[in-house]
Amino acid sequence: MKFGVVVFPGTWSDRDFGWVIDRVLGQELRYLWHKDRDLHGVDCVVLPGGFAYGDYLRCGAIARFSPVMESVRDFADHGGLVLGSCNGFQVLCESGLLPGALLRNREGRFVCQWSHLVCERNDLVFTGLMTVGKPLRIPISHGQGNYFADPATLSRLEQGGQVVFRYSDAEGRVSRGANPNGSVHGIAGLVNAGGNVLGLMPHPERCAEAGLGGTDGLLLFRSLIEAGLGVLTA
Amino acid sequence: MSALQIDDQTLREVALSREEYELIVAGLGRVPNALELGMLGVLWSEHCSYKSSKPLLGRLPSDGARVLQGPGENAGALELGEGWAVVFKAESHNHPSAIEPYQGAATGVGGIVRDVIAMGARPVALLDSLRFGPLPASRHHFEAVVAGIGGYGNCMGIPTVGGEVYFDDCYAQNPLVNAMCVGLVRSDRLMRARADGAGNLLVLAGSATGSDGIHGASFASLGLDQSSAERRPAVQVGNPFMEKCLLEACMDLGQVEGVVGVQDLGAAGLTSSVAEAAARSGAGARVEVDKVPRREADMTPYQVMLSESQERMLLIVEGRHLDGILAVFRAWDLEAAVIGEVTDDGCLSVVEGGREVASLPVQMLTAGVPPRHLMSQPQPSPPPLRLVETVDAGAALKQLLASPNLCSRRSIFRQFDHMVGASTLVAPGGDACVLRIKGTAMALAMTMDGNARYCHLDPFVGSQIAVVEAARNLVATGAKPLGVTDCLNFGNPDRPEVYWQLEQAVAGIAAACRSLELPVVSGNVSLFNESESFGSIRPTPVVGMVGLLEDADKRLQAGLRAAGDFVLQVGITHDEMGGSEYLSVIKGEVAGRPPGVDLTAERAAHEFVLAAAAEGLLRSAHDVAEGGMLVALAETALLGGLGVRCAALRSSAELGLLPAFFAETQGRFVVSAAPGSMPGLQTLARRHHVELELLGLAGGDQIEFEGQCRVGLEELDRLWSGALDALPPAAEGG
Repeated sequence: MKFGVVVFPGTWSDRDFGWVIDRVLGQELRYLWHKDRDLHGVDCVVLPGGFAYGDYLRCGAIARFSPVMESVRDFADHGGLVLGSCNGFQVLCESGLLPGALLRNREGRFVCQWSHLVCERNDLVFTGLMTVGKPLRIPISHGQGNYFADPATLSRLEQGGQVVFRYSDAEGRVSRGANPNGSVHGIAGLVNAGGNVLGLMPHPERCAEAGLGGTDGLLLFRSLIEAGLGVLTA
Repeated sequence: MSALQIDDQTLREVALSREEYELIVAGLGRVPNALELGMLGVLWSEHCSYKSSKPLLGRLPSDGARVLQGPGENAGALELGEGWAVVFKAESHNHPSAIEPYQGAATGVGGIVRDVIAMGARPVALLDSLRFGPLPASRHHFEAVVAGIGGYGNCMGIPTVGGEVYFDDCYAQNPLVNAMCVGLVRSDRLMRARADGAGNLLVLAGSATGSDGIHGASFASLGLDQSSAERRPAVQVGNPFMEKCLLEACMDLGQVEGVVGVQDLGAAGLTSSVAEAAARSGAGARVEVDKVPRREADMTPYQVMLSESQERMLLIVEGRHLDGILAVFRAWDLEAAVIGEVTDDGCLSVVEGGREVASLPVQMLTAGVPPRHLMSQPQPSPPPLRLVETVDAGAALKQLLASPNLCSRRSIFRQFDHMVGASTLVAPGGDACVLRIKGTAMALAMTMDGNARYCHLDPFVGSQIAVVEAARNLVATGAKPLGVTDCLNFGNPDRPEVYWQLEQAVAGIAAACRSLELPVVSGNVSLFNESESFGSIRPTPVVGMVGLLEDADKRLQAGLRAAGDFVLQVGITHDEMGGSEYLSVIKGEVAGRPPGVDLTAERAAHEFVLAAAAEGLLRSAHDVAEGGMLVALAETALLGGLGVRCAALRSSAELGLLPAFFAETQGRFVVSAAPGSMPGLQTLARRHHVELELLGLAGGDQIEFEGQCRVGLEELDRLWSGALDALPPAAEGG
């Protein structure tokens, strides 16, 4: 599978995604420069973590106007797979590819720690290998990961099954105490109505090798690759 | 204006003494103009010239088989093997952080990162050693500094993986912020900050130059007083986004030809970076100030040459490759401009509108300041302390683990991205952090350490302890210590007792480093850390150390791993309660002599633990330091989530319970091992002449020494992890 990892000025998880895609999983990797409209025929676009354009104004607010995002929007509109993690999730929300916004963490501080997530559906290309209800252990690292949407949008997301990941405790129980940033409904990750654009605050690329403390992030990458192979062989 | 006519006020503004001024006039054969005087003032300041400490620093060992770059460059470098080199340096940013803690700390991080970038290395880790006044009074400073470090490092995408923080009265008005950066580079791509080759061009890249931070270096060379707040404009404002772009552009320079040297702009701005680069090559340089990209109109040559605007880098490049080099910066939307050239006349000339407005010999700027030979007055050695009292060990343990200097630092390091880079094998919270070197089996371990209380009681011994404890931190992860960077934070050296402390500290570091065969490859001195209400701070030398694991899979962590494992102490405990946390926390006293340092025993203990780790005989290892054995044992239990059950401590019979539990005798570790490894460990201990004392067995939910101490782990955890969390969040960004 061919992954395209977008590099904005201020992006820093690009190389971590690149390492996992290329060196851990042996997939094809292409970095996509923010000034470049050409997506080079990738199967999946990754919007990584960082502080794109310094996150001036609002997180992701300037990145949405970059040339590459015009192409990513078009790519997504035609069913292309887009994965946004951390700052990438913020860019997806600012770009209107996902609804809602990421606000400053409830406690007002940057938080970097391991977190648990429950996956709510595994019928997506991103989650096929996950088990619904079984918690995943994946790190978070952000100052503004507090997901917010208005009540009407929230109820549409919930009814449409668009909430894919929620913060939980180690047993998979969703509670205020297990929510590290104050996200409404404990939302850690969302998919669009078409099921081809996923945004999440946690960092799957930081837990794809046992030496780093866990491999649950691999489930996301492997789900994508397996689904991609299915499409290719179908 | 003749030499005699210059008034005291003018000299004070440029922080030059009348003697220094007269030397300048004699050297130049003329009276310097105002710009020249300003340039000389900053470069002859204590901060830039090390005029008080230089005579001492030469005593530190800086040679070794692995040394690729010792002191004198932007950072030191050591050979790791497989073509890799580690580049590292620590630097203080104390005065700015005292005045404006968020920006002072942030730009401290920015500055040390640029030092590593200038060597051609990619920064892979940050550490910080911090000192504040007691909580809650110093809460604002503490929170704002932590937020500033996070605000910069997190935005840069460089993991902040370690460090230390202590609270003490002497830092109430003068907190210490020492930042260390570690980078990796292919040995054959190591850059130097040299202005070689007359005719080569000077390129200034990154931020435009503004009138911020002028006289920052001079300001850092004075004590803090009530007027310090008025110098707030001398503190720069950081832009980590700009620096992230500058970092990536500098890394991309590896793909193009024609870069001769790279030098970061820090204290004293352009003046210092151009002069230093030229000095290293024995060259001269001409700077055309009109060509320097500016942030504001109508800046004078004085402002341009002395500005300490952040996020700037000086490159020395070959003219024929200029276009390719400028294109790299353009790709990152960074400004880069040719601002002058290397000359062969040995002078730093400044030109404005075609007219030369300053011309000074480079040698005079960088090496002309006469060293200050200061008076040294030994402090009387404090009387030894013999503390005899009955102790409720469990109660004392609880009190110690809940104290600000020993409680969990988790609430700090969770505000730092310590995982970006996907290389953090051992995260903050243990002894040292371990980062893998991608594409190899190797890993780097790193730590920062210092104990001002020991140094206050005996600066020689206290400084030795900083070295041996940093080394133990690395050894506890299974890493062999390779080299040192240091930050020497002291008070006003014009006070003979302070200068003596500095002399003793350098001697102590040198002695310990020689014994452990550790070169000191970089470092920094910060003097005049004093305030009106507290006087000089306690002597606070801080040691940053880097170590290597040849096989990352052999790394150890501090926490216990499995119930049923044997828990042991490596090394012998002596009756050394002087300067201890117990004495400070429980008795409210700083007295006695610090624990002694036996470098032979220390070395033997290190070699034993390294050998045991390499043979896979250990399940965990933890350094015994502040708080003594019982605190170290409790930490291994807390980090591992497992209790320890022990029979009554044998060594307490002759020693007494108090020192057996709480003495801070050096050269010790608490380790755990599977029962099957015990014969191998004992053989190894005999071979290394190291004492191994069985403490007990891992398991259960208590720390228990039969009849001597019993505490529930859950209660301890609550006290230990909650102590700093209880603080409300900082008011400033991050």
